[in-house]
Amino acid sequence: MAGPVDRDRAALTRANALPRWLVPALAALPVVVLAGLYSWPLTTLLTRVIRPSSIGDALHLPGLAEVVWFTLWQSVVSTLLTLSIGFVPAYVLARYRFVGRRVLLAIVTVPFMLPTVVVGAAFLAVLPSSWHGTARAVVVAHVFFNVAVVVRLVGAMWAVLPTDLTAAARTLGASPAQVLRHVVLPLLRPSLWAAATVVFLFTFTSFGAVRLLGGPAHPTLEVEIVRRATQLGDVDGAAVLSMLQLLALAGVVWWSARAQRRGTHALGGSSHWRHARSRRESWSVFTVGAAIAIVMSVPLLVMASRSFRLGDRWTLAAWRKLGTAEVRPGVSLGVDPIASLLTSLRFAAVAAVIAALVGGLAALAIAAAGRRGALLDIGLMLPLGTSAVTVGLGLLITFDTAPFDWRGRWWLVPLGHALVAIPFVVRALLPVLRAIPSDQRAVAATLGASPTRAWLAIDVRRVLRPLVAASGLAAAISLGEFGATTILTRAGTETMPIAIARLLGRAGELPRAQGFALATILLVVTAVVIIIVVGAAEQEGLFDARSR
Amino acid sequence: MLAVVDITVRFGEITVLEGMSLELAGGEVVALVGPSGVGKSTLLRVVAGLLRPDAGSVVLDGKDITALPTHQRNIGLMFQNEQLFPHMSVTDNIAFGLRMQHQSRTAIAGRVTELLQLVGLDGFGERDIDRLSGGEAKRVALARALAPKPVVLLLDEPLTGLDRELHDRLAIDLAALLRATGTTALLVTHDAEEAAVIADRTVTMGT
Repeated sequence: MAGPVDRDRAALTRANALPRWLVPALAALPVVVLAGLYSWPLTTLLTRVIRPSSIGDALHLPGLAEVVWFTLWQSVVSTLLTLSIGFVPAYVLARYRFVGRRVLLAIVTVPFMLPTVVVGAAFLAVLPSSWHGTARAVVVAHVFFNVAVVVRLVGAMWAVLPTDLTAAARTLGASPAQVLRHVVLPLLRPSLWAAATVVFLFTFTSFGAVRLLGGPAHPTLEVEIVRRATQLGDVDGAAVLSMLQLLALAGVVWWSARAQRRGTHALGGSSHWRHARSRRESWSVFTVGAAIAIVMSVPLLVMASRSFRLGDRWTLAAWRKLGTAEVRPGVSLGVDPIASLLTSLRFAAVAAVIAALVGGLAALAIAAAGRRGALLDIGLMLPLGTSAVTVGLGLLITFDTAPFDWRGRWWLVPLGHALVAIPFVVRALLPVLRAIPSDQRAVAATLGASPTRAWLAIDVRRVLRPLVAASGLAAAISLGEFGATTILTRAGTETMPIAIARLLGRAGELPRAQGFALATILLVVTAVVIIIVVGAAEQEGLFDARSR
Repeated sequence: MLAVVDITVRFGEITVLEGMSLELAGGEVVALVGPSGVGKSTLLRVVAGLLRPDAGSVVLDGKDITALPTHQRNIGLMFQNEQLFPHMSVTDNIAFGLRMQHQSRTAIAGRVTELLQLVGLDGFGERDIDRLSGGEAKRVALARALAPKPVVLLLDEPLTGLDRELHDRLAIDLAALLRATGTTALLVTHDAEEAAVIADRTVTMGT
């Protein structure tokens, strides 16, 4: 029964709360963007698929079984290899403290955020030509790419594993191997699952590395979708495959979320850093550290050096000819490297602004709405679980008829980039907002700030700096985005990844060297953006962002 | 039976223990008392083999075990904050040391039941670790440490963090239990009264 006191209390609570219009006002733009650029295109894709004839046609095409099989086995092998290879560096970086640890952590992490095309180019440069066009090359590049996931996710859990817990096992007679098997591995299991899931999803939907390294003989589903949509004109078939892929991904995520929940335990007790004490221990740490540094940097360095080589000469020719689209007078290359650099920078700026605006508003809305924000939260995560190619395909087939015939518009590409980047922006900002103690706004209120003023002075103020970092992240994603771009790109507005892939796909020494030169530029630009903006903000949780 | 001879431990610039010596006879329960930071727990870690001393040696039954790995010493340690394995049931925690000795399934089951009775936790076997009260967790930790019949049992502030009444009751239980099992034990505590209840002899550090 609500007495007068209860009613007064309710009235006071309401007067102290943020005004009711605030959340809807903040959420309006993100909802429109999500509905218009994600839900609608996806629905369009679905309606294309639901016709039985197109499903039948698509599924009966010869070679499909092989595509599915290759997609599956290469991602399973890549995942298992990445887990086992990432395990040792994860341990060393999580447990030991030594000079150069932070640099090493950056060296491991940066490749994960590099454009797939750059990684693909690096392995084209470093692997012997007999490996080009093989599944081995694809798997090796995938491991290089994703080791960071294991180092960061498993390492984060390893770092908080109480040191005394393993000590307890040893006093009970467990040898180091038994401690690992009976105590450490079971307790790390949730993080191992999480890492395995992320790596599996990324390798399953891998596009850039497969396109460059796998050759025509090794298409994944993602590559096949693009081939059907852009080369064969079989949009219906592409739509069926992309929905098939989406379904498989959803299944994997659901299964892994369940497995992770089951294995999670609360851990008590403190965890201590180790300093190598004996000489042998120091050598082991040094060896692991040196091995990581070499393995993670050599492919990129070799790629850069290959841009200076033609035949067996060292030359600047490839770099000097970057500005011209002509190979010889009158013979055009079809791509203008310098123009693609400018296009990429322009697109990155536009995508960063859109992603920061929409993602920032969405994060503020989700945080202000409290528990009711969950729906928007999940909705905005969906594009993350959708492959970039699917996002691009959705946009392409939705906005092709009047009054929404935007196919020729240049801004459709950065819009696609922003769509891919928005979930990362939201992920980066939400922890910051949720970490603000509610008493901070209460303090502001006792000092005379209205609820809205207090929110502006505390929440909005607090999110501004991370927002700069997040938009830098969005720019990095846009710079390297390859999947959606391949589908949406138009002649004349090629981005750097597109130009690199074309140059490297051409016969001849010069275009190859030019491809490596352009990939080096993209590497440097992206690395600078990542290191300055993201590194400076030191936002944990940003690391799992990457360009696809 | 256990002799700690001239142990010195340094952490960088700080000397935590210097020339510390101590002897325990078989079946004796000795308490180490002293203010925090005086190196009591550090000494336990040296005896357990979790920490290599900078100088000095640990001798067990006439053998120098200073360089022997922890898992080959059969010296038990009950940790201050229990450190029960969160991914195992009560039974599996107690059975851990027995499994490391590759004992048979039936032998393990029998020993676990015996220990559960000994520490007064009959029927707690299938409980999850995070569903135990503070006192119950201490009892499980004690049972787990006793299970492999350690030559020496080390107790690092075993009763800290309990309320007064429970603390006093458990101290009496612990004293009786160590006598009943004839365990040689080295107890670290900052509570002189607790030391008097549990131990035969008290050694004061850091005076």
